[in-house]
Formats: sequence, C-alpha cells, structure tokens
Amino acid sequence: MIDARGLTKIFRDKKRGEFRAVDDVSFHVSPGQIYGLLGANGAGKTTTLRLLATLLTPTEGEATVAGFDLRRESERVRGQVGFLATSTALYGRLTARELITYFGRLHRMPDELIATRIEQLANELEMHEFLDRRIDKFSTGMKQKTSIARTLIHDPSVMIFDEPTLGLDVMAARTIVRFIRDCRARGKTVLYSTHVMSEVEKLCDTVGIVHQGRLLDQGSLAELRARHGEQDMEEIFVRIVTAAEAHA
Amino acid sequence: MNLRTIFIVFLKELRETLRDRRSIIAMFVVPTVVIPAVTFGFALTSVKLVKKARQEIPTVMVLGGEDSPRIRAVLEKQKTFRVLPPGDDFAEQISQKKLRAALEIPPHFDAALDRGERVAVTIYSHDGEMRSSFAVEAVERVLRSHRDNIVRQRLAEHGLAPEALRPFDTKRENVAPPEKVGGNVFGGFIPYLFIILCFTGAMYPAIDLTAGEKERGTLETLLCSPAARSELVIGKFLVVLCASLATVSAALVSMGGSALIAGASWMHLTASAHGGTFPTVSVPGMIGVLVLVLPLAMFFSALLMTIALLAKSHKEAQTYVSPLMILAVLPAAAAVLPGVELTNTLALVPILNIALVSKELVAGSFPVVPLLLIFVSTCVYAAGALALAVRMFHRENVLFRT
Repeated sequence: MIDARGLTKIFRDKKRGEFRAVDDVSFHVSPGQIYGLLGANGAGKTTTLRLLATLLTPTEGEATVAGFDLRRESERVRGQVGFLATSTALYGRLTARELITYFGRLHRMPDELIATRIEQLANELEMHEFLDRRIDKFSTGMKQKTSIARTLIHDPSVMIFDEPTLGLDVMAARTIVRFIRDCRARGKTVLYSTHVMSEVEKLCDTVGIVHQGRLLDQGSLAELRARHGEQDMEEIFVRIVTAAEAHA
Repeated sequence: MNLRTIFIVFLKELRETLRDRRSIIAMFVVPTVVIPAVTFGFALTSVKLVKKARQEIPTVMVLGGEDSPRIRAVLEKQKTFRVLPPGDDFAEQISQKKLRAALEIPPHFDAALDRGERVAVTIYSHDGEMRSSFAVEAVERVLRSHRDNIVRQRLAEHGLAPEALRPFDTKRENVAPPEKVGGNVFGGFIPYLFIILCFTGAMYPAIDLTAGEKERGTLETLLCSPAARSELVIGKFLVVLCASLATVSAALVSMGGSALIAGASWMHLTASAHGGTFPTVSVPGMIGVLVLVLPLAMFFSALLMTIALLAKSHKEAQTYVSPLMILAVLPAAAAVLPGVELTNTLALVPILNIALVSKELVAGSFPVVPLLLIFVSTCVYAAGALALAVRMFHRENVLFRT
C-alpha cells in the first residue's frame, strides 16, 4: 500500500532559484492495484517516485509505503520496495547471479533463501542460460530480465516503475508490461510512471495526471472518461493540461 | 551501522575492482613493472650514453701556438683528443656540436714560460653539453700534466723534491653506518615515491566507485537497497584504501627485490675491487614508514572519494582529481629541500609531516613526539575526510546531479 499526503519537493538552484518539482501531491494505491502517473517530460513523475523510494527526502508532506513512514523508516521502506527504472543500471563486471545475490544480501536475506529465490526467478524469467555470464556481455532483453530479478529478489510488496519501457524495443517492452501485470496478479502494490498513453490504457487501474509538479486529476479510466466526456486518453490528458495552463 | 552490510558492500566492490583491467594496471603493474622498468631503463640508458660519449675521441681545434713548439708537441703527441687545424668559425662549430672544444694558446707561450712569466690559455666549450665537457676534461688533463712537468723541472733546478709542494695528503673515510648513509641517499626518495603511489593507487578506484557508478547509472540502483548510505560509503572506502595499500605494498616488494639485486651486484663488484659501504635503509624505520602510510592512505582515499563524487562522469572526476596530485606531490618534494627539518609545527602539516619524518625513520632515528603528533594528526585528517565523504553521500544535489 502507498499513501502519499501533500508530498512536496523543492529544489534550490543557483540559476533557477527555488523550483517546485513536486507540489502538494496526494494519492493512494492499494495492494493488487496499478496506479499510473501520467505526465510529460519534466512533469515531476520521476521525482515523485524517487521520493516514495526514499532516494530523495520530501521538503513537505507525508507518506507511508507498505505501512512504513517515509521519513522515519526509510530503510524499512526500501526493504519493501522494488524500484525499476531505465536509470537503474546493472553492474557490468558481475554475473547475473552475483548481482542478484548482492542485492539479496543487502536486503539481509540468508544465502540459502537467496539461492532458492534465484532458482525460482531464473525459472520464471528463463534466465538459466545466462545466469553465470557477465552482465556487460548481455543483450537488452537479458539485462531487463536481470533487472526484474534484482527488484524481485526480496519479494517486495510494493513495486515502483519509472518509465520502465523507455528506449526499449517492442519485445523487451512487452516483457516489462507482462511483468507489471504479474505483479498486480500477485497482489503487489504497483506505482507506475509513463508518458505513453497506450500503456496507461492497457495497464492502469487508476491514473493520476501530473503537470508542473501538481497532480491535476486522478481516478479510474472510466471515471476520467466520464468526467471529461472523452474516450481517448490522449485527448483527456491534453484537455486537463491545457485547462491548467489557462488557469495559471 | 551494520558491519555485515559494510562487509557485503566491500566484498562486491573488491570483486568488481579486481575484475577491472585498469585498476589492476594501476595497483600492481605500475608499481611492480612500469616504475622499476622506467627507473632501471633510464639508469641503464644514461650509463650507456655516458659510456658511449666517453669512448668518443673528441675533436679540439688549437688556435695559435705556431711560435711555441713545445706545447704544440705535447698536444700533437697525446691520444685523448684529435687536434684540428685553426679556423675562424670555431665558436659556430662548437655551438653546432661539430667541434667539441677549442684551445687558444697566446703568442710566445713557450718563451714566456722560459722567462718564468705567468700566462693563460683559453679553452672554448659548449656549457651544458656532455661531450664538450669531456673534451675540456681531456684538454685540461694534458695541460695539467705539462704544467706539472714544468714545475718538477723548476723544483729540480732549485734542488727541491716534488714533495716540497705537497707536504701531506688527505684521504676520506665513511664512518656512518650503512642505514645512515641510506637514509641520506634514499630518505627523500622513498617517502616521495610512497606518497605518490599511495595517491595514484587510490585515485582510479575512488573515481570508479563514485563518479563511475553515477555515469554507469548503477548508483541509483544501489541507493534503492536498504543499506544505509554510511554503510555504502564505508564499504567503498575500504576497497579504495585496500587498492592504495596494495599499490604501496607492490612497490615495496618490487623496490626490496631491486635493492637485493643491486646489493648483491655491489658485493660482487666490491669483493674484487676497492671495497665500500652499500647504502641500506633501517628495517624498523621502513616498518615505521609503512605504519604512517596507513592513515595517509585513509586520508587520500576518503578525500579522493569525496571529490570524485562531485563529478557526474569519469572524465570530469579526473579533471577534478588530477590537480590534487600536484598538491600531494609538492609537500613531499618540499621535504627534500635543504634546510626543511621536522619540527613540532611541521608535524601537523599533512603529507609534508610524513615525508619529513620518513627521512628520519629510514635513517634509523625515531623522534617520538613528532611521530606521535604525525600519526594522531593524520588519523584526525583521515577521519575528517571520511566524515566529509559520508556527508557528501547524503547530499541529493551531489548524488543526483545531471
């Protein structure tokens, strides 16, 4: 479960001055649900997800992730979160098995359990062929599977994906989409960011539309369609953003 | 802080570092192969070049002396240089290294000597040119011999023995123990080398484990784990420290091996020749230097990590770190300057203090108070640098700089 209440992140920059990357964002994601944050580049999606993964500290606001407080129990939050983004790369000089074992150990799992989990994940993701090969020789697809195994090794209850299909070919992107669906099927809480409208329509139970750091609207696809009198997600997005800019 | 997590991070970073060819080259190949090869190669080449230059029979132009057959005969008879006939462009020829030297004999040279007058010959040479200086030495040797013969003749005419001008001889003998001699010979060089290697050994892994991780995008992956940032920094710091110490140890083994070979060659040479003292260094002193290298390596490792973390790429980190190398080398070089001696105040100046006390240590003397001051102060600097590195690892604008 994710419960964000008034999350705000202000960056202070010598050139730009004070910049509100995330501004008073509140939403709730329940287990077995996929919540999609939809926004253009620079809208504040990545910062929001980094706040919830405790990579960044919020300037204002509160949040609980898997029942743990974001500020006071950041290490326990990370222990319950699997975070996957295009920016979360892998260690090229390690083998897939060594890398997954390393993250299992950082999650304080015993070695026997790690070995069992790796077997299980390798079966599910068809990784046996390259499990003991060095990552720097991997194809994009192999890297994607290794990243997925890395995020799942500690069996997290919350999964956070930051534009996970960005820059991937169709086949690799399909693997990711299937994996996100599997997470929902296993009852995990899934938070997902993208700017691809078709992915939102395919995957998300609830959608939040983010623009200039603010969450402009949120609801299920049906609710959004009914509220804005449009079927097409892209049209809905443009209408909401244009109205917000006109109001500003 | 969880020690097991630190150990897990340390093991993984060590494994990655040992799989990186560039780290292996910096840690082991440079101190054990490149430095000895360059040092010995340079020494061998220098010796060969000097030997070749000495084997050459230099050309010397003799100007004047047509009215002085005795000095001309002496010059013509000798075999150490080749006499060339006079020419107007001798200065040009010497400058262009076509001629090694020229000797100008003043008019009526022999006659002036017969009258007992003091006269001077002039030797023209190319300052700073080795072959020209060898030619000058050869000319001076011949002229000195001729002068000594004249002096002997004059003394004989007055019924005096040559010893009248040289009533006693002087001879020199070393009484300092070999380690004191070694202390003076190697005292500046050994710490200088150790300080540089301590720095260069830490440099590459420090960049790779901080800016390198940022550039490859693995830092964000690592930060997603439940490990505390201080645990990550300390795990990484320990690997950088190990790399620095491994570089120094490899250099020590390599230098020790070279010293043994050089010592054996020296003993072999001196057994059949004149004898002498082979300069050695104090073994307890060397251990003392190594003990001091530990906090210095800690200081360098933490400092390099802190600075490299500010960069977003390997290349940028190298730009930041390279000038630091000069800052590290300068105090080490200053310790070799004459008159710079260890005092309690200088014992607090980082790097310089270790370079200065190392000179004393390898010579076999152990100044207790400065030693304690140096060890404690360097430990404090190292702890400060490590605290700064941990602090930097908590700064979002440093970790997520794009």
